[in-house]
Amino acid sequence: MQQFFNFLVKYKYFLLFMLLEFFALFFTIQSHSFHKSIFVNSSNQFTGAVLNKIDTFRTYFNLTSENKSLLEENTFLKNKLAHFYTEDTLQKEKSTYHNNLKFKYISAKVIRNEFTKPNNYLTINKGEKDSVFSNIGAVNEKGVIGIVNHSSKNYATLISILNQNLKINVKLKHTDYFGSLVWDGVNYNVLQVIDIPRQAEFIIGDTIVTGGQSTIFPEGIPVGKILDIKIENDRYVKIEVKLFNDMSAIGHVYLIINPHKNEIKILEDNNNE
Amino acid sequence: MNNAFFKYGFLFVILILLQVAVFNNISLFGYAQPMFYILFIFLYPITQRKSLFLFLAFLLGLSIDFFSNSGGMNAAATLFIAYIRLPILKAISRKLEFDKDLFNFNNLTFNKQFSYLFILTFVHHFIIFQLSYFKFSALGLVLINTLFSSIFTFVLLLIYSGLFLKKTR
Repeated sequence: MQQFFNFLVKYKYFLLFMLLEFFALFFTIQSHSFHKSIFVNSSNQFTGAVLNKIDTFRTYFNLTSENKSLLEENTFLKNKLAHFYTEDTLQKEKSTYHNNLKFKYISAKVIRNEFTKPNNYLTINKGEKDSVFSNIGAVNEKGVIGIVNHSSKNYATLISILNQNLKINVKLKHTDYFGSLVWDGVNYNVLQVIDIPRQAEFIIGDTIVTGGQSTIFPEGIPVGKILDIKIENDRYVKIEVKLFNDMSAIGHVYLIINPHKNEIKILEDNNNE
Repeated sequence: MNNAFFKYGFLFVILILLQVAVFNNISLFGYAQPMFYILFIFLYPITQRKSLFLFLAFLLGLSIDFFSNSGGMNAAATLFIAYIRLPILKAISRKLEFDKDLFNFNNLTFNKQFSYLFILTFVHHFIIFQLSYFKFSALGLVLINTLFSSIFTFVLLLIYSGLFLKKTR
């Protein structure tokens, strides 16, 4: 026993070091699995409030470009609306119209953006108060941004598409060939689409959009343009995609809430049992 | 509650805020991200209690992790350099009798100061990037990131020491 205590006293710094290092590595490993970083994340009240304060200062410098992009989007939406009114919507039955309204959008502001790390996260100023929970997709006018992975009362963190732990279902526009959007961590403008079948016909410059096979993103949200095509094996090709978005300058995002998500999930879970 | 308590407490908070508000938003050439907060490890006196120092280093890293959603990688790296700080210093100063109380960093030659700062910075950044890529196949990327970022942080540390540290020599 005496020897044991001597051992403890002799190596107390080393033991303290090992203990703390164990905790640090534990949190690190957890952060690498999607949804499991329960403890260390910036969506909690304190860090959220601090980041919000910092962002209010920074926003002043971006006002012009922010206004410009909002104006552009307004024009785009107005044009879309004008096109929509050419159909006689009154002829449609009200009930079917409501059922088609599958997704609801709410806007949020990015108070912290990240794009240089191998695994990037964003923090936004909407939380559970605004019915933002995990597994909600975030987009802006140019394309996909990420998926909510944590939310507190007033804030939430997004797992960016620039994150090696995230896979998003995408497809080639105007076809039904699906693949997965991933990131290799090298260039923040270029992502990769894997698992596209070799028989799919496409050329460099074609558009990649979201696939709509998940309940998170609706179909047809733009992602990027094909930059390069690599043959991976005899069945699949790998595509390099240049994003439409500039991930280094993200101001406002729209969160896509799918009111039918729970219904779909319950249905699918029943099948798996 | 002595003077040192407030001095280093203040430094602790200021470094976290600086890192979160300024340096986390900087990235030169897409590779170099400064991690200036490790200045704390260099400034904290070696005569103070070692257990408290290890704990503070852990807490400093973890605070940065909270703001940058990085799990515990800053905590792991900062704690590690805090632990190896003294052995590295002993090895570099090449003294047979190393007396903590009499030791003065300014008495070291410039080369020794230089290598002490750079070794710890490099080790810290290497651990961070290795943990954030989290696979051995990315070693090339890790090394590029580590090298560029270390140089960036190192330059900032040199600027700081040029501006604020009193020259006793």
